[in-house]
Amino acid sequence: MEMKHVKDYIYWLYYQYLLITCSYVLEPWERSMFHTITVTVLAMVLYTAYVFVPIHVRLALEFFWQIFGGHQSESTV
Amino acid sequence: MANPSAVCNGHLHHHHQKQNNLLKSGIYKKNGITKGMKKNGVSNGTLYKKTFIEHFEQAPMYVAVLTFLGFGVGTIFGYLRDFMRACGLEKRNLAAEREEQKDFVPLYQDFENFYTRNLYMRIRDNWNRPICSVPGPQFDLMERVTDDYNWTFRFTGRTIKNVINMGSYNYLGFAETDVNALKTVSIELQKYGTGVCSTRQEMGTLDKHVELEKLVAKFLGVEDAMVFGMGFATNSMNIPALVGKGCLILSDELNHTSLVLGARLSGATIRIFKHNNMQNLEKLLREAIIYGQPRSRRAWRKIIILVEGIYSMEGSIVHLPELVSLKKKYKAYLYLDEAHSIGAVGATGRGVVEYFGMSPDDVDVLMGTFTKSFGAAGGYIAGKKDLVDFLRTHSHSAVYATSMCPPVAEQIIRAMKCLMGLDGTTQGLQRVRQLGKNTRYFRRRLHEMGFIIYGNDDSPVVPLLLYMPGKIGVFSRLMLQKNIGVVVVGFPATPITESRARFCVSAAHTREMLDTVLNALDELGDFLLLKYSRYSKSAHPELYEETRLE
Repeated sequence: MEMKHVKDYIYWLYYQYLLITCSYVLEPWERSMFHTITVTVLAMVLYTAYVFVPIHVRLALEFFWQIFGGHQSESTV
Repeated sequence: MANPSAVCNGHLHHHHQKQNNLLKSGIYKKNGITKGMKKNGVSNGTLYKKTFIEHFEQAPMYVAVLTFLGFGVGTIFGYLRDFMRACGLEKRNLAAEREEQKDFVPLYQDFENFYTRNLYMRIRDNWNRPICSVPGPQFDLMERVTDDYNWTFRFTGRTIKNVINMGSYNYLGFAETDVNALKTVSIELQKYGTGVCSTRQEMGTLDKHVELEKLVAKFLGVEDAMVFGMGFATNSMNIPALVGKGCLILSDELNHTSLVLGARLSGATIRIFKHNNMQNLEKLLREAIIYGQPRSRRAWRKIIILVEGIYSMEGSIVHLPELVSLKKKYKAYLYLDEAHSIGAVGATGRGVVEYFGMSPDDVDVLMGTFTKSFGAAGGYIAGKKDLVDFLRTHSHSAVYATSMCPPVAEQIIRAMKCLMGLDGTTQGLQRVRQLGKNTRYFRRRLHEMGFIIYGNDDSPVVPLLLYMPGKIGVFSRLMLQKNIGVVVVGFPATPITESRARFCVSAAHTREMLDTVLNALDELGDFLLLKYSRYSKSAHPELYEETRLE
């Protein structure tokens, strides 16, 4: 019973996605093409985020820490 | 608290000193618009005798973004399909030239139909649905299916019975087949037949027309009236007779195509003012009078303002008191098209002139149609006797168009007599009251549910905003599955981001029918996420946003 509830909800979310992107009006083959492209683009975005975001965050933290950290090291001298 | 207008006026005088507290002025509007604010600019609020509430709430920003996203996806796929059609990968279903004439100048401009071909076609099954019964509060639809994604349809032979009709312009419920009601109509049908076979100026003026014209003049409280066979043709053929070159037409932004066509055919200069915006209109009037005609700087021969009583796509009512005061100040003429408002607003159904408590002498040309509230066909123009006599000789419609056919004229006569109470019953007044009650109930419930509804609280035309193109088709189909017929409108008729479903409340709808529709809307609103409104109604409307008069 719980599984059915969850499945209905997921189907409803999928339906909203179809309505919002106007892919509800497309023919089945167009819809498959649209889904493929969307999923591909989304996967690429997520992969890029996974690879690059930690590095950028680390660099940014180092940069800001150096400003404050460097300041402190100067003042103690 | 007996007389609401007295209370209103009392508040006005009381709060005249307080500049900030503009709530209690005679006009207040609720709107979420920050940019295109509807300004009243009426410092003495005594022009409006009762409260005038209009809503034009703007949806949250993400809705506009998603709407454009939806249209973008549709456009991309449209280009793809057009490319495939041009390459020959797909069959062309629209009109194309013959092989032998391929080198000629093209007859069919392909790109102009881009929107029709690629977006409209996909959801085309929601329009042009054939009905096979009288369009009363319920009707029967012929079922049709498509095998090739809406390019062609075929009828299965079944009829869908008793679909609740929320789309027909049947405001007073005169579209009926009751034998007693149509008794006089069938008598006239047997007496005159159906064809008139002539124009008004030749041999097409029947005694029925004379009777009808006298009745229309009496109903509206004017000197004379003239009736025409077709409502659209009334506008488009009579405006050229009234104005010509060297005249100025000031037309509202959202006027109907018949008014636009008539204005263009006349050859006069046309200037558009923002919808219901009296400041804009005043500015245009002042400029017109100060600067005159474009190059010669001569004074304009005539300045005429074209407005409608109720705008059918917005449900808004014209600001007639301000308009009349402007017209008197700048000595312009006023042409009021009451197609949707005659019979539908006003205490006894006499249109916006009565709704605002004004005299019909204030409006120079009163035009209306019999299609909407009287269950017939045709239009009328009413006003001073000189005006109508002029039109009888100079209008294209009078000279060339076939006149109204007698049974239809009799239907209008009996409907009007019923409205005026001349048939001895109070049925007409009851219908008008019932329409008012239904309208207020329907609008109030929709507001409470959280939908965005446009328009005035007293107008029976209720546009419900859908915004996203994907939801237009789904809404109509799902409502039909629940046995309710609605009209949805999309891009060319409305702005691109504001597609809507338009409901026309009728006096013939019972409370149960309205409740069925409202429950269905509630369900669909949750299922399709259509409840965009950020304000939930409570019993105290004064607590909401005040107008800002600048």
